[in-house]
Amino acid sequence: MTALRRRALLSAAAALSVPALARAQGAARLLVIGGGFGGASAAGFARRNHPWLDVALVEPQPRFVTCPYANLVLAGERRMEEITHGYDGLRARGVRVIQDRAEEIDPVARRVRLRGGETLSYDRLILSPGIAIRFGALEGYDEAASRVMPHAWIAGDGAQTRLLRRQLEAMPDGGVVGLAIPANPFRCPPGPYERISLIAHYLKRHKPRSKILALDAKDAFSKQALFQDGWNALYPGMIEWVPLADDGRVVRVDAREGVLETEFGTRHRVDVGNVIPPQSAARIAVASGLTDATGWVPVDTRTFEARAAPGVHVVGDANIPGPMPKSGFVASSTAKQAVASAAALLRGEAVPEAPYFNTCYSHVGADYGISVVNVFRPNAEGTAIAEVPNSGGVSPRGDLPEQRRLEARYADDWYASITADLFG
Amino acid sequence: MGWQRAIRGGGLAGAAVLAALAGAAPARSQPAPLVAQGCLGCHGPGGAGSGSVPGLAGRDRAELAAAMAAFRANERPATIMNRIARGYTEAETAAALDHFARRP
Ligand SMILES: Cc1cc2nc3c(=O)[nH]c(=O)nc-3n(C[C@H](O)[C@H](O)[C@H](O)COP(=O)(O)OP(=O)(O)OC[C@H]3O[C@@H](n4cnc5c(N)ncnc54)[C@H](O)[C@@H]3O)c2cc1C
Repeated sequence: MTALRRRALLSAAAALSVPALARAQGAARLLVIGGGFGGASAAGFARRNHPWLDVALVEPQPRFVTCPYANLVLAGERRMEEITHGYDGLRARGVRVIQDRAEEIDPVARRVRLRGGETLSYDRLILSPGIAIRFGALEGYDEAASRVMPHAWIAGDGAQTRLLRRQLEAMPDGGVVGLAIPANPFRCPPGPYERISLIAHYLKRHKPRSKILALDAKDAFSKQALFQDGWNALYPGMIEWVPLADDGRVVRVDAREGVLETEFGTRHRVDVGNVIPPQSAARIAVASGLTDATGWVPVDTRTFEARAAPGVHVVGDANIPGPMPKSGFVASSTAKQAVASAAALLRGEAVPEAPYFNTCYSHVGADYGISVVNVFRPNAEGTAIAEVPNSGGVSPRGDLPEQRRLEARYADDWYASITADLFG
Repeated sequence: MGWQRAIRGGGLAGAAVLAALAGAAPARSQPAPLVAQGCLGCHGPGGAGSGSVPGLAGRDRAELAAAMAAFRANERPATIMNRIARGYTEAETAAALDHFARRP
């Protein structure tokens, strides 16, 4: 096809699908930073629903390892390959995938500087970089300590999850697995308790004299009654959960000695230590001046634009989500709203109104699932989000083996479905 | 049930609009409206189903509407759909059902 003819075809196609504004200026550029739950959702959704957008995605990892289902890897019920996803599906949808790290955003000039030296310009930016570990928030817990007592709370290339799995495998029967669990807010509120459950699942079968000591900086947690019912039913006597009120808050870590030390000076010696430390928005959000004193990014609750930088839509765990949990499902749901808003604003249209949705399954055992469902709505001013009254909630309590079995299966189906939506 | 009837009425109107549009655009190119995006988290790519979670695409609209109404009223055995269905307005449910029913 000649260049001239291709141009004629392209402009004919553009005339059909591209609105006046974008047509006058050439394709509008949507840049996405971070190829995880928020970012991959945003890029795929943009190409499926707004093909007139020129979409690029910046992500340093060649493949994405999910945090969801990493606890099943710890339990020996999944392999790392089963929770690792590539970006070829997004490439096939026409997303330009740039393997690099964003160093800084200039929201005034609408440019992003990459570690590799390139600078990218954009019309609208979607930022979903996830979290950073606040190294130093717990005395003695720095990056070196995390290579002895892993956090396994940012998947990265999978090294943290592999390390914790190896340590569990190497631990002798009769050992103690210690967890330090942070105060709210943090990534995946039910995640630590699913982890406790699935480590117990592994220990029960392979090292039944072992114990789990969970030291918590809170007095209550997500799906608490359901988790504790499950622990009593499946792992009686194996799990000790110590709440804040009983000196559960870990303040100091001695990785070399294998000690988790709490507020009032109790030194707990453990054989395997999993420290889930306090967190903040990922470094790029902090470095670009988008976070407030809490370490997270305040956003408009309808467009998800950062308060500090209109034009930069911040989704996923990095933002302040009102009552919404920092979950992969919420990251995906709000990323789509952010893209739809960005597209509307580029075209001078009204921002769409839609509810945000969350379903978080947790495995208590391999065939024992529980869930929490939430439907949320933003207010018209974009200043708040509220849960829809009389909707959502957690699985019913009681002796309901069929419900638990079904929910474990539906959790697997959720994982397959959402990862296909993200990366397919 | 008033709610259910309202949805069914909407379905007929939706079908009429769809018939009018049918010549203009192939059904498979219709993107899911925002409100239907949440369904894709569990019900498979494009609503095609995922493992034991049933598909929604191409299903009979009245059947889907009746199921949603029953979930909302807690009149149908459910693990989580009862909790979900109550979170959406009638108009939102109708928009999602319109979308899935017209997919191939
Ligand atoms: C153990 C565990 C279990 C969980 N289970 C569930 C579950 O069952 N269901 C659920 O819904 N959620 C679950 N979650 C929560 C879920 O993982 C997060 O909420 C979700 O990943 C948030 O998405 P995100 O896009 O904000 O961040 P991420 O998914 O972490 O993606 C961020 C991406 O940005 C990239 N990035 C970071 N900085 C830069 C930069 N400067 N430039 C370019 N790219 C960058 C990173 O490499 C990463 O790929 C779980 C979490 C944990 C820890």
